[in-house]
Amino acid sequence: MSEAAANPIDRAEETDDGNRPGQKLALYYFSAAMVLFAAQILFGLIIGLQYLYPDLLYNVLDFSVARMVHINAMIVWLLMGFIGCIYWLVEDEAGRDLVGAKLAFVNFWILTGAVAVVVAVYLFVQIGPGELRSIWLINEGREYIEAPRWADIGIVVCVLIFFYNVAATFTKGRWSGISGVLVLDLIALAALYLAGMYFTPNISVDQHWWWWVVHLWVEATWEVLVGCIMAWGLIRTLGANRRIVTTWLYIEVAMMFGSGILGLGHHYFWIGTPEYWLTIGGFFSALEPIPLVAMVVHAVYDAGRHGFKSSNHPALAWLIAHAFGNFFGAGVWGFMHTLPQINLYTHGTQWTASHGHLAFFGAYATIVIAIIYLAIQKARGDVWMSGALPGNGFAWKWSLALLNIGVLGMTVALLISGYEQSFVERALEGSTWSAYFEAQQTPWFVQGMQWRMVFGWITAAGLALLLWDLATIGRRETRPVQVLNPVPA
Amino acid sequence: MSQPWWSSEAMWRKCAIWVTAVMVVVLMGLTFDTVRQITAGGERVPGYDVINKKIFYEYDADRGYQVPRIGEDAPLFGQTLTAADAEALVEKGKLTTQAKNCMNCHTLLGNGSYFAPDLTKSWLDPAWINEGLREELMLNFLQDPMNNARTFGTGRRMPDLNITDEEARAVVAFLKWMSSIDTNGFPRGFTPLKQED
Repeated sequence: MSEAAANPIDRAEETDDGNRPGQKLALYYFSAAMVLFAAQILFGLIIGLQYLYPDLLYNVLDFSVARMVHINAMIVWLLMGFIGCIYWLVEDEAGRDLVGAKLAFVNFWILTGAVAVVVAVYLFVQIGPGELRSIWLINEGREYIEAPRWADIGIVVCVLIFFYNVAATFTKGRWSGISGVLVLDLIALAALYLAGMYFTPNISVDQHWWWWVVHLWVEATWEVLVGCIMAWGLIRTLGANRRIVTTWLYIEVAMMFGSGILGLGHHYFWIGTPEYWLTIGGFFSALEPIPLVAMVVHAVYDAGRHGFKSSNHPALAWLIAHAFGNFFGAGVWGFMHTLPQINLYTHGTQWTASHGHLAFFGAYATIVIAIIYLAIQKARGDVWMSGALPGNGFAWKWSLALLNIGVLGMTVALLISGYEQSFVERALEGSTWSAYFEAQQTPWFVQGMQWRMVFGWITAAGLALLLWDLATIGRRETRPVQVLNPVPA
Repeated sequence: MSQPWWSSEAMWRKCAIWVTAVMVVVLMGLTFDTVRQITAGGERVPGYDVINKKIFYEYDADRGYQVPRIGEDAPLFGQTLTAADAEALVEKGKLTTQAKNCMNCHTLLGNGSYFAPDLTKSWLDPAWINEGLREELMLNFLQDPMNNARTFGTGRRMPDLNITDEEARAVVAFLKWMSSIDTNGFPRGFTPLKQED
């Protein structure tokens, strides 16, 4: 008997009736996440147009407001997507129903309601007087973590309830390597958010701790979180061997935290922090792509070893997109401007926007979409989602293609604008306001912005097709899910 | 089948735990030192009462780039403030930049959005023509950006953010103080406002 077959965890799904409370709740989170994904793209289109037509919605929905909604919608939809992924896998992994399910449903509605109120205030109140009450009630004015303080506290409470659900379910069910890493990572993720919840007049101290949240989330704890989801996803889509997957996960954690924690230093080059960060940040962030290479090797090796046979083709395709997107977006595009000698010219230019687009999409959006396809499959009655789907699966294939081409195209367009900006503004013209504006008007910069808009529309088309596919795939399917036998070690 | 040591699950679990623990300890040590150095009045970030002084740029041959220097008395708006009053004013200015969401168009210390110019050295920017006109031009711009637009031909105008006179003065104080921070030569090759001797 193979080791995998002997492992009771790998038989968990056989006892799963597809109607578990955590999995139902996950569908709620995925739905909310997709609404916010649509909002992210809508507001992204608006700010992309404002680069080309600066008078668009001037003094009505200014760039600052639309951009805040664009990036906050992204952060929140990814977080809700992650929470959905974890509620989806926790019962399967723990071998029992979710603990505290009623509380978890109430928590979802509170969180969703709070997000709606925050967005409404962003859009209709927008700004406040220069007083503390503005950052308590309207917005904190700090990129990515703009949510007002009342919402920060609410988020912490909601995350603690979520953590209780997850940890208690594993404790009353069973633990595994994946769940152990996951729970420890969630503790770090929640604790780090606290570093962003205070006001100081000292902007160097402010940004120092702000990066603890932004960097140690995005380039450390989120990466490990998706590593856990990926590990579980490979077992479920491919029937990959659990022992090998878990060993890979430990290797990835060692490399991710080994490089990413001190990789924080690449944000400490120019904010008033000491010069030793130039060396530390440069060195460790140069190592950051290594675990991302490992993840590509891992995912592609597993998929290849199983002859790319999977029980859910769209999910596997998005997992592979994640492996490559994470490597190129976070790894290659991050490394390109991470050394201080280069970053002195590129910091605070469209280079960062280029990296941000490919990294957030490639590393995070892709894997949430993959797990949503797994969830939809079961929600539609554990139906067939392997090859030979109706219409040759054109909707999932085209949405995958359009979204990836759209985001990659935006990334390259922004990079060209970024090259032009750093060259003209920093290298030639002396980094003044007039240098900034001169760079913004150079033909290559403007053409980059025009191409970004073209690819923005392609991304939006991809999203529309994705939402349509998620709403319809498997609805008329009569074939049961393809059963894969776990491959022995 | 015996497992080679290098592919053993237990070995990599221990490795993950130890690597993470060591990195966290190193980060904590560095954090204590960094926060000490960036506290206002510390080695790299001047105290808030620096707004009572002239701030200018000078090439540092040892470091190979320009660094901010603090010169003779040059009180902001002609008024010398105590350390406590200066801190209160800069604090009001920082709060205003957050409440008005400046960071979602501008960058500050290079972080933020890229729709409008970086504010790190805006106090020293040649856009203010000379030191004599600077304070008045900054106040006018902040309070009525539509009629004092500085678009440099791009058509990108700052929106009206309902900034009061008190808030505008506080923002200018915050920007003056921020320009004194040692940013390791960022932004690269900055050409400051013509400085009067």
